Parts: sequence; structure tokens; C-alpha cells
Amino acid sequence: MSEVRGIYTLWLREVKKFLREKPRLLNAFVQPLLWLFIFGTGMRFSAGMTGYNYQEFIFPGLVCQAMLFTAMFMGISVIWDREFGFLKEILVSPVSRSSIFLGKMLGASTDVMLQGIIIIPFAYLIGARVSLLIFLEALPIMLLITAGLVCIGLTFASVMKSFEGFGLIQTFINLPMFFLSGALFPLTSVPEWLRWFSFCNPLTYGVDAMRTVMMGNVFVPLFPMYIDMAVLLGFAVFMFCVGTWAFSRTE
Amino acid sequence: MEKGCNYNAYFGVLMPPIIETFDLTKEFGTNIAVDHISLSIEKGEVFGLLGPNGAGKTTMLSMLCTIMKPTSGTAQVNSYDIIRHNAQVRQSIGIVFQDPSIDVDMTGRENLQMHADLYDVPVSEQDVRIKSVLELVELVDRADDFLPTYSGGMRRRLEIARGLLHYPRVLFLDEPTIGLDPQSREHMWDYIRILRKREDMTIILTTHYMEEADRLCDRVAIIDHGKIVALDRPSILKQGLGGDTVILGTKESEALQGLLAGNGMSEKAEVHNGEVRVTVANANILLPRIMEAAAAAEIYIDYVYLNHPDMNDVFIHYTGRDLRHEEAKAPMGKMAMMRRRRVR
Repeated sequence: MSEVRGIYTLWLREVKKFLREKPRLLNAFVQPLLWLFIFGTGMRFSAGMTGYNYQEFIFPGLVCQAMLFTAMFMGISVIWDREFGFLKEILVSPVSRSSIFLGKMLGASTDVMLQGIIIIPFAYLIGARVSLLIFLEALPIMLLITAGLVCIGLTFASVMKSFEGFGLIQTFINLPMFFLSGALFPLTSVPEWLRWFSFCNPLTYGVDAMRTVMMGNVFVPLFPMYIDMAVLLGFAVFMFCVGTWAFSRTE
Repeated sequence: MEKGCNYNAYFGVLMPPIIETFDLTKEFGTNIAVDHISLSIEKGEVFGLLGPNGAGKTTMLSMLCTIMKPTSGTAQVNSYDIIRHNAQVRQSIGIVFQDPSIDVDMTGRENLQMHADLYDVPVSEQDVRIKSVLELVELVDRADDFLPTYSGGMRRRLEIARGLLHYPRVLFLDEPTIGLDPQSREHMWDYIRILRKREDMTIILTTHYMEEADRLCDRVAIIDHGKIVALDRPSILKQGLGGDTVILGTKESEALQGLLAGNGMSEKAEVHNGEVRVTVANANILLPRIMEAAAAAEIYIDYVYLNHPDMNDVFIHYTGRDLRHEEAKAPMGKMAMMRRRRVR
């Protein structure tokens, strides 16, 4: 019982902080719009893709991208807690390390889901298909993507002692995962070597699943849905275990 | 206190110490921060850990709070082993860390609520307890303000309130008054006194302020280089120095030391920081004789002052170092000022 209360209060804290930070919320709204309307429009009229609207094509990818960047940032927030000393207050409480990790993870995941959901209505602006049913189908996919990504962030935060490594995460995790996921271009027409790199990226399966749900028949999926979901689930479970292990070693 | 001691003596067998350490040791590479410390602390004591920065006080505390694992040895807090039963230990203790550990994005009340959740304070009692700890530290009217509007002293007080919320049996205060202005410091001492009177609580504080240790603690342990060099009640430690100290400032300190040792005026005359330090039973009687002897030997004395022993002298006695000089590693001007302040 006490563990559940601890998890709850840590979850609540993350969500409160997310909702209170107005600049971040504004950013959450505006950044996807820039990608959609400036980048998206530019590419649509210059790189011409047959069969579908380019903006509609990148839309599921942008949802994943926003979730990826938010997840890394929220995961890293553990380093803030360490820097400002609050982590000590949590670590010295009777709540177990694995519960602390779970509370943090659930809190950050809620934030990331909110971030993803905020973007969905933009689909109307670009004339993409979206309905309540599509939204409900997308939710479990988003949930699995979120869980895995947040755990990556938390794992790094457990290992890193300061913010010095933050730029490295941007360069070596965020951007490669984003570019390789095929969020911005179809992976069917890229060279073999690049495609293999992309297939090693768990986010590729997330983007693929999101497109399958959101674009309907226009889009030819890379993988069947069950493979996408199995990879995402496996990745989330794996990262959760790694994260819990890394966090419980924190002194 | 006297009564409490007797009580403990009578029932010593029945009442185990609230904290007991057994050869507690922590090494960081080749540096031994805490070196085989064994001590026991009785229930209801205000116990001081005294020592210069880096002596091992905080490391010692971190191990007792279970946030650091000892290299060897162990300890019991509230009869629970700090290694095997760390969850029970954590439930038994409250801590106010040396560095702030408050969530600055939240209000005071929210910080307390989080703490109540983390320590599973009964929900039905939660609001009453929060109110009462806020009253104790006089923050009721500021409870719903966000932390950035709090002053340093207010934050410290909020941390104390938070540490009390789950009714800990032992309260650890790591340098509770560091960085506070004299008024807030006085205030903090009052809280600590109220606490020990009102609650059935053992308080362990670390400090490098000698006055703080002297005025607050029932017993103090002086730690230096990871070892306990003295442990007793402040009054006994002071008595143990064997009387008053006369300090004489002169350019010919070696000569004066030789003179005083030679004519049998004092057996204990030491040169320390260019001053001659004489320990005597009654300085008021001896001082005129010293002045006469110095004048006869044509040793010019720049200044003189008397010192009735305080904890700083105890500290110098046991560690050979002057805490107040260590504090002022910085500019010479500051050193000079501190010296002047000592001449009261």
C-alpha cells in the first residue's frame, strides 16, 4: 500500500510540473506546427511523392518525434532532481528504488502521452484522416512507444551525473532515432544499408504502426501490425528492466 | 538531563541505545572518510558530531541514513540494521540535509504532502500533522506559496517541518544552521530545544560551529580524519582541559615559552600560531606574575588575553587545529578580523 502511495505521489509530481510549465506547453504546440506547415509544405512541393500527400505522410512520424524528444527530456529530469537535491529526499524515503523508478516512469509517460495527444487534432489542419476510432487505435501504439522511450531517458539519467552529456544524447540518440525511423521519408526507396539501420531502430516500428492506423489503405506497411506491436512491446519491457536495474544502483 | 541519565543507567539493560555503530568504516579509494567508528547514542539525547569540513561527519550521517553503504562494519538505528533493514531504518528517521532538498517547483504544502505520501502518513491524520509542523516552524501563512518566494531560512525551516511529518524516532540535522544569519540561527536552536522537549525524539546534528555544539548538545563527539578523538558532555570536555588559558602575543614567543617553563610558573606553555598559550588553574592570579617576569627578562608583550575554555579550545586540544583559522582560509583581512573578535 505504501509503495502505491509513493508511486502515486511521484506520478502526480511529474504531471503537475509538466502542466505548470507554460513555455514547454507552448513549445509542445508550436514545434509540430513548424514541421508540418513549413517543412511539410516545402517538401510536399519540391520532393513530390506520388500516391499521397507528404504532410499526411509525415504526420504520424511527427507525433512520434514529439514523443521521442519529450520522453528524453522528461527522463533526463532525474538529473535536475539530483542537481536540485530533491532526489535525495526521494531516495532516503522508505519507498523502494523500483517503485521510485515506476512512479517516475508513469509520470513521465503521462507527460509524453499528453504531448502526443496534443498534436493529433492538427491532422484536421492538413486534411488528414482522423476520427475517434483512429485515435483509439493509435493510443496503445503510442503507449508502447512512450514506455520504451521514457525508460531510455531514465536509464541515461541514472548513469549520467551531470548535464554535460545532454548534448550527446541529442546527437547520438534523439536525432539518429528520429531520422532512421523513416518519419520524414519512406524507407522503401532508400539503399539497403540504410534500411538495415532503420530496422534496428525500435521507433521505426512505432512510426510504421502509427501510419498503418492513421493513413489507411493509401499506405503500404513495412511490417504487419503484429510484428510492429511485438517489437514495441519487447523493446518497452527490455528498457524497463534495464532502467530499473540502472536506477536501483544509484547512490 | 541528569534525571534522564540516571533513568538510562537503571534500565540500561532494558533500553538499548537508539543508535549503535560497530566499526563503521567508509573508504573512498585510498581516503578513509570514516575509520572504524564505534559509538552508541541513547534515546532522547541531542548528540553532536563535531569536526572541520571533510572530517567525515556527513559521510557518517549518510551511512546511518542508509543512502551510503559502509565499506565495512555496520550500525543499528532504532534496533534495525542499516544494511539489512534499510526500509525500516528509513521509516524511523527524519533528515534535514546540509544542501537543500526541497522541490522548488512546488508550494510548501505540496512538498509536505509529497513527503506524507512517501512515508505513508495515515491519510486521516495528514492535514492535522501538516498544520502542526507548519505552526512549529511558523510557516502557516506561507504554506501555499511557491518555494522561490521563500528566503533561505524559511526553506530550512520547511525542511525541518518536513523531516518531522512522519514522527521519526531519530532526527538527523546536517549542519542545520549553515548559511543562516545570526537571528535565524538563534531561532533554529529554539526549534531544536522545543523538539527535544515536546517529542520523544533523539536528535543528531553535525556542526562545525563550536558554540552550537556547546549550547545545544547533551554529548558531542569530535571527529577528525574519520576517527572520534573525544566524546563526552561539553562541560566535562571543557573541564578536562584543566583550567584557564592565557594567551600572550609577542615577537619573542620562543623566549617567553622558555622563561615560563624554566621558572616553574606553568608546566604547560606552548607556542601556537606565533602566540604563547599557557594553561593555568587560575589565570587571574598568575597573569600579573607572568607580566613581571616578562618585563624583567625584557621580553616585550604586544597583547594578552584570557580564555575560559570553550569548545573551540577543546577542539584545538584534541586535534591540534584551530577550527576558526581553518574556516578563514581566505583573505588575510578576514583572518585579522577574526583574531580581533577573539579578544573580548
